Amino acid sequence: MAEAGAGRAYLALLRGQVRAQASYRVSFVVDLVSNVGATVFDVLSVLVLFRVTRDLAGFGLAEAMVMVGLSTAAFATADLAVGNIERVKHYVRTGLFDTILVRPLGSLPQLLLMDLPLRKVSRVLFGVAVLVAALAVADVDWTPGRVALAVVAPLAGAVFFGSIFVIGASVAFWWIESGEIANAFTYGGRDFTSYPVTVYGGWFRRLFAYGLGFAFVAYHPALALLGRADPLGLPAWVGWAAPGVAVVAATVAAVVWRTGVRHYRSTGS
Amino acid sequence: MDSVTATTRAARHPNVVLKLRTFAAISGAGFRRYSTYRQATVAGLFTNTVFGFLRCYVLLAVATGTGTGLAAGYTREQLATFVWAGQGMLAVIGIWGWTELADRIRTGDVVSDLLRPVDPVTNYLAGDLGRAGYAVLTRFVPPVLTGPIFFDVHLPARWQTVPLFAVSMLLAVVICFGCRFLVNATAYWLHDVRGVTTLWTLGSGVLAGLYFPLRFLPDWLWGTIWLATPLPSVMQAPLDVLVERDPGPVQLGIVGVQLGWAAVVLAGCRLVQRRAERRLVVQGG
Repeated sequence: MAEAGAGRAYLALLRGQVRAQASYRVSFVVDLVSNVGATVFDVLSVLVLFRVTRDLAGFGLAEAMVMVGLSTAAFATADLAVGNIERVKHYVRTGLFDTILVRPLGSLPQLLLMDLPLRKVSRVLFGVAVLVAALAVADVDWTPGRVALAVVAPLAGAVFFGSIFVIGASVAFWWIESGEIANAFTYGGRDFTSYPVTVYGGWFRRLFAYGLGFAFVAYHPALALLGRADPLGLPAWVGWAAPGVAVVAATVAAVVWRTGVRHYRSTGS
Repeated sequence: MDSVTATTRAARHPNVVLKLRTFAAISGAGFRRYSTYRQATVAGLFTNTVFGFLRCYVLLAVATGTGTGLAAGYTREQLATFVWAGQGMLAVIGIWGWTELADRIRTGDVVSDLLRPVDPVTNYLAGDLGRAGYAVLTRFVPPVLTGPIFFDVHLPARWQTVPLFAVSMLLAVVICFGCRFLVNATAYWLHDVRGVTTLWTLGSGVLAGLYFPLRFLPDWLWGTIWLATPLPSVMQAPLDVLVERDPGPVQLGIVGVQLGWAAVVLAGCRLVQRRAERRLVVQGG
């Protein structure tokens, strides 16, 4: 009974958002169009790099584009669903977070549904289009398993990026002026995953790819889809482990968020 | 029109020394103001450094992939310098996130700027130069020192490069300020500057040479962008001067183009501000 009530409340929050944002129709359409811009430029940048070189750390354009597609689709989805969690900084600083805590609903879903940036839908569509086009061009030897991976991998990547967004935003509970720190791992992570991890070197690669797990967003799933051996020597099944990594990341994010909320002390007067 | 409220007929003392002293005082205030945001400085520095690694590795992979070790005429060392100095410059030119003027226009606070005996463009420019001065110490120096620890970088070989780069960076700050002022000033006409700001954020990143050196584009395209828009003068130009991509005379030419853009952009700011003030009075604001 209580479950159904909460579900209805979340639905009401979402419906309110949709209605509010769609009411200024022209403005919404302009937002939709301009929002895809940044993502288009990210993809164009990769094409420009391949104008200068034919090979990026052992990978050709078609292979690199599969990684770009996976990364873009995953990041855009996470950004649409959870990206606005960055605003938690503002809620914590002003004490507005109190109003969220007093309601009998989860703090995280409330925050997300209170401000779902629907204009970012265009980025998701673009990201998926890039992925589909890249897979079509890349000459993938399709098997039922690979079809499943092509669907699951971007979703797992979205969960992974979403977890990074939540963890990054949780920092605000301890360090209110956390500023741009989270950007290094959200936008930085997006840039990292857009290229084969063989591009990077030394401790930087170990830290981002395996310490933080970014290699499982696009690089390893792409290798599994393309049927390519990993120049770094990891076995092919690692690509299929991506959803598992996403689950681990989501668990960590949930724990960090919960600890953060417990740690929250209102600003007081 | 003789009242100081409606116009910016300033200078009761048309004395250059006094004017310079005012300018320096405002700059000093800008410097001190930004020096209070310590946590934000550290956070920004951290993020710039992470992006330094990301961009540097990618561009080095491009240079390796060409087979010649050169990417559009840049050596690996030049690319490393380009990236790390660029990460430092981002905060110095303050490319993103300045909405102060637009906010003041929206709330009406801008009226009090007009009451001051200093022209608003000069006032904001002075404050911005102070901000940039603080950023040179805290945001430019650290990445420029970090890069060489992890990568082989190109160090300037010609004696004139360093002073020329200093001039070039100063011009970049002025041009970038002018562009941001113009973006903000659209608030005098549009109530919501979000669209214009989005456009600026998108365009400035790509056309300034942040995502990749613009020389990666076909020559005709890069040349057109360089001469037709002020954006390459905001980042690409000082960085090209610093890495000595071109012979000495071309270095000078790059700074010359910047000088031209600085003049055009500042004149544009003056013009827009004057027209806006007239409009503001008509509205009774």
